[in-house]
Amino acid sequence: MAHTFRSQIAANRRGSATLCFLMTLLLAAVGAAVGYLTAPEFALVGAAAALAIGIFLWIFVNTSGPKFILQISRAREATHEEDQMLHNVGHEVAIAAGVPMPKLYIIEDSAPNAFATGMDPRKGIICVTTGLLEKLDRDELQGVVAHEMAHIRNNDVRLMTTLALTVGLIVLLRDAFLRSRWRYGGGGRSRDGNQVLAILAILLLILAPVFATLLHFAVSRKREYMADATAVQFTRYPDGLARALEKIASDPDELEAANKATEPMYIVSPFQKFHEVSSALYSTHPPVRDRIRRLRAMGIEQRTDAPPWEKD
Amino acid sequence: MIPILILFGILVVLILILFGMYNGLVRLRQETNNAWSQIDVQLKRRHDLIPNLVETVKGYMQYEQETLEKVIQARNHAVAAGNIREKAEAENALTRALGGLFALAENYPELKASENMLQLQEELRSTENKIAYARQYYNDVVTEYNTKLEQVPTNIIASMFSFKKRELFEIDTPEEREPVKVQFT
Repeated sequence: MAHTFRSQIAANRRGSATLCFLMTLLLAAVGAAVGYLTAPEFALVGAAAALAIGIFLWIFVNTSGPKFILQISRAREATHEEDQMLHNVGHEVAIAAGVPMPKLYIIEDSAPNAFATGMDPRKGIICVTTGLLEKLDRDELQGVVAHEMAHIRNNDVRLMTTLALTVGLIVLLRDAFLRSRWRYGGGGRSRDGNQVLAILAILLLILAPVFATLLHFAVSRKREYMADATAVQFTRYPDGLARALEKIASDPDELEAANKATEPMYIVSPFQKFHEVSSALYSTHPPVRDRIRRLRAMGIEQRTDAPPWEKD
Repeated sequence: MIPILILFGILVVLILILFGMYNGLVRLRQETNNAWSQIDVQLKRRHDLIPNLVETVKGYMQYEQETLEKVIQARNHAVAAGNIREKAEAENALTRALGGLFALAENYPELKASENMLQLQEELRSTENKIAYARQYYNDVVTEYNTKLEQVPTNIIASMFSFKKRELFEIDTPEEREPVKVQFT
C-alpha cells in the first residue's frame, strides 16, 4: 500500500508537469497569434511577451499568493488554546499524511466551508469557516481537514494556481485583442502576411480559451475526486467526509468571502448547491451527490487496515 | 577508441543507477526512523496526559480505586516498555484500562460535564488518533522499505550493505484496532 502512496505522488507530479508545460506552450501560441495578427513580424515578440507576463505573474503569485488570499478572506490564525479541536484534528491528519503540521486559519462566516493554500506541501495552509466548526461534529471536521490536507500533499494548490493563471492570461489576451480590433477596425496590416497563417491564428484565438477553460475545470474536478480518495487514505473513515459534504452542500447560508476567482479552492463550490446534479463541463467541482456516492461505496469496508480501493 | 568510450559510458550509467538505488534505500530507512519517532512522541504525550486524567477523575470516583490503579499500572508498564513488540502489548493494555475507566466515568454526570474533563477527553482522544495515524504511516513506510529489501534489483544492494528489515507496529486482535471511544454523549 505504501507503494501506491509514493508512486501515486510521483505519477501526479509527472502529470502536473506535463499539463503545465502544455498550457505554457498554449499561452505562447496565443501570444504568437495575437502578435501575428497585429503584424506578421510580431509573432515571436507576442509569444515572448505572453511568456514574460506569465512568468512574472507566476512568481508573484507563488511568493505572495497565499498571504493575499488569507488577507482578502479576512482570516485569523487558529490557536491550540482557542480552537483546541481544530488544532488537534489538523495535527492528527498531518501525521497521517506524513507532512509537517500546516498553519490553520479561521474565517468568520456562518456558511460552512474550507480551503487549502500554500505553494509547497511543507508550508501548507488550511482555512475553515466558523460555520464549519459550529455545524460539523469531530469526525466530519476530520474528513474536511483530511480533504484539504490531500490537496496539500498532492501538490494541487500549485498546479491549480498555475492552471488558473495561464487560462486567465489566455482569455485576457483574446479579449484585449478583440477589443483593440473592434475599436480600430478589422483588416489593417494583417493582410500583408500569409492568409493561411492568419486564419490559423484566428482559429487559435477562438478555440484556445475555450479549450483551456474546459481543461482547467476538468482537472479541477478530477483533483476533487482524488482529494476525497486521498482523504480516506488518511483517515480510513469515508463516512465522516461524506456526512460533512452533505451538510456543507445543503447549508442555506451564503459564503460571503467567496467569489468566482476563489471558487475552485473550496471543498464544496460555494455557488453550487446540493440539488444541482449538473456534471456540466463548466463546473469547477464534481456534483456533490456523486462524491458522496463514491465515498459511501468505499465505506463498505471502512476501518480496516488496507485502504478500500486496493481490495476487490 | 569508440567501443571503449561506449563501455565506459555504460559503466558510468550503471554506477549512477546503483548510487540511486542505494540512496533510495537510505532515504526510506531514514523515513522509517522519522515515522517511528513520531509514534514515540505521541506515546509519550499519552503517558504524560494520564496522571492529569487520574488527578481530575480521583475527586469524583473515590470508589473506583481498583480501576484507577489499573490505569496507573498499565501506564507505568507502557513507559518502561523497551522494544517494538513490548511497546505494542503495553499500549494495548493501557488502551483497555483507559476504556474501562471511561466506561465507568459514564456513571458520574458531574465529572462528564466538568470543563477540565472535557478538555482532557479531547486531548486523549486526539492523542489516540495521532498514535493510530502515526502507526499507520509507520507501517506504510516500513512495508515499502521491507518490500524494497526483497525486490530485485534493490535486494542486491540491500544485502551488500546489510540493510535490515524493520518490524511492523501491529495490534493483535481486530477488536483492538479501533481506538478507545472517549466520548460521552
